[in-house]
Amino acid sequence: MTYFADIDGQRFKWPSLKHLLAHATPERTGDQLAGLCASGPVERLAAQRCLADVPLKAFLDDVLQVEDDDVTALIFEQHDAKAFSPIASLTVGAFRDWMLDPTTTGTDLTAIAWGVTPEMVAAVSKIMRAQDLIAVAAKIEVVTKFRSTIGLRGHMSTRNQPNHPADDSRGIALSAIDGLLMGTGDAVIGVNPATDTVPDYIRICEVLELIRTQLDIPTQHCLLGHVSTAIKAMEQNAPVDLVFQSVAGSTKANAGFGVTLPMLDEAYDAVHSLGRAPAGSNIMYFETGQGAALSADAHHDMDQQTMEVRAYAVARAYRPLLVNTVVGFIGPEYLANGKQIIRAALEDHFCGKLLGLPMGVDVCYTNHSYADQEDMDVLLTVLSAAGVSFVITVPGSDDIMLNYQTLSHHDANYIRTTLQRPPAPEFAAWMDRMGIGTPDVKIPSIENALGQLRLPTS
Amino acid sequence: MSDPLSPHGAIRAITQARLNFGPPRFAADTAASLDFALDHARAREAVESELDVARLTAGLDAMGLPHDTVTSAAASRDVFITRPDLGRQLPQDQADALSRHTPPDVAVVLGDGLSAIAIALNGVAFVTELSKSLSQDRLSIGPVILARQARVGLGDGIALALGAKTVVMIVGERPGLSAADGLGVYITQNPSAQTPDSARNCISNVRAEGLPINDAARQTYDLIKEMRALGCSGVALNQSRATNVLTSD
Repeated sequence: MTYFADIDGQRFKWPSLKHLLAHATPERTGDQLAGLCASGPVERLAAQRCLADVPLKAFLDDVLQVEDDDVTALIFEQHDAKAFSPIASLTVGAFRDWMLDPTTTGTDLTAIAWGVTPEMVAAVSKIMRAQDLIAVAAKIEVVTKFRSTIGLRGHMSTRNQPNHPADDSRGIALSAIDGLLMGTGDAVIGVNPATDTVPDYIRICEVLELIRTQLDIPTQHCLLGHVSTAIKAMEQNAPVDLVFQSVAGSTKANAGFGVTLPMLDEAYDAVHSLGRAPAGSNIMYFETGQGAALSADAHHDMDQQTMEVRAYAVARAYRPLLVNTVVGFIGPEYLANGKQIIRAALEDHFCGKLLGLPMGVDVCYTNHSYADQEDMDVLLTVLSAAGVSFVITVPGSDDIMLNYQTLSHHDANYIRTTLQRPPAPEFAAWMDRMGIGTPDVKIPSIENALGQLRLPTS
Repeated sequence: MSDPLSPHGAIRAITQARLNFGPPRFAADTAASLDFALDHARAREAVESELDVARLTAGLDAMGLPHDTVTSAAASRDVFITRPDLGRQLPQDQADALSRHTPPDVAVVLGDGLSAIAIALNGVAFVTELSKSLSQDRLSIGPVILARQARVGLGDGIALALGAKTVVMIVGERPGLSAADGLGVYITQNPSAQTPDSARNCISNVRAEGLPINDAARQTYDLIKEMRALGCSGVALNQSRATNVLTSD
């Protein structure tokens, strides 16, 4: 089907819904790199006006138009016609207006989560300004639970990310304690390993388990290795709280990560059968990011933001505890600068929340991007207004393993004190018990941690 | 401050993370804040730096190494940063110019990559060491090619234009907050217009405080000899020998 719009006597045409979505996307380098963007600002607005008039029902067809794509199949399988019924007669533009209407509540928005598809959600986000993305996301409360409760209204959680370039056990432990002393880690204490071997996976899980049990922290830990490594480690009884995997929006893009949906099923069953989590807990953790599909040449000529939202269909199939977009990590060829990173993060957060995900953001950038820590300050602040579930923090914003900049533990405290966003209630109570942030703190200082905590020697 | 016997020094030996020593503070202090900003400013300066061709050619002249210069299809630094595909393309007129040289055995390219500062600091020293080893083996390197706005893949087009069977592409690595002087060395046997990354061998973090230049040049030389004997590089090279001790990424 051909779509068109007339502006000032000029007719713009797009041969498919996929093209229309791409040309309606706010400017970003990844779509330019892929040759999928509008020719200029006027064509983009023409596409946005055209998109606003498309009925939501049009998105129930195969928008990607790729045979045998298992993410597409999953999207069809997830679609709940009953949940869709309240909005089934709306166009994309009317859907935006309905969400922004003050009489539409968070409960109304939660009720349609399984009625909307990723392509519908991506489409409406393209005609929403930053303020709209914040306002609607702020209405939606997505609560998940393991040892701590994440996503409660008015709270903001953090992932404490104690990475070390050599996966040194004590280096990881010291960095984790640095964050705990600053009150971060209520979403998860999560390490990106430098290596991906089973013995290292088990060792690092044991380090994190030692810290958690000795300090009796109401949180969970996670090693962000490959899902296949996690499965092997669990076979050897590694103390795995959460299984992690990076996921993307097409079969081919997931193959680029070396992952299939049956592998995720197997990992879910394995971690569930460990029985470490209280009944009814959420036990998976996923990361995503715009540009992942394009970088694997697996975007099938779909714009990077719509591909990103398709990844959320994969994530939500597993009712995860945590999902975050690693928004600025991929580099300036996908998101050039602070403006593009901020816009993409707000899109990802909004789209994830509308699909029912506990959406967090790795507020980050690389040194070759046109961005700096001040852009991250702005992004953190607007995400807090939008009610972000969690953000990632490291010592002094400097991730010494992944060589990029994310937020610091201090930044979490800035939001806590300036916008009154405490961490998860269980963790806040633990902080009080331990005197975190007071002169009477009961956990060892960095200087004393090696002597006072039972930690591995290497 | 980093006395190895003090707790601070012992911890510094374990991790370079920007840990909060002393009583926890809920905001970064002025010194830490400005230190971070300076580290980022240095990294940005390295990313934005242009290849100093005049100085590099003077350095190569002093070592008796001939040279030539190319620019990728990315005409400016800004285009190069956002269009990696253009940084991998060699314009046809430049390929034609290179094809006038006598075909060498090994093409050696110094490309700015994401830090021309790294090339300025360590580039000439590396190619000087490498050329010494290769010339002892009677392997010719032809002119050292100085490449502006260059990604790793640009080396393939340069080698094809020169008619070289092996290419050593040396580029400035993406600067971290602590260092902007690292070289990445990518060696490819029988490069083509569509060389996949898996067909390259890489030696990274080549700098004074990482892998020393002489060691890196030696490893490069050993890899070149092995590739030319086995006729392949990258994953195929690793598979055609028992161990892969030489590869690093």
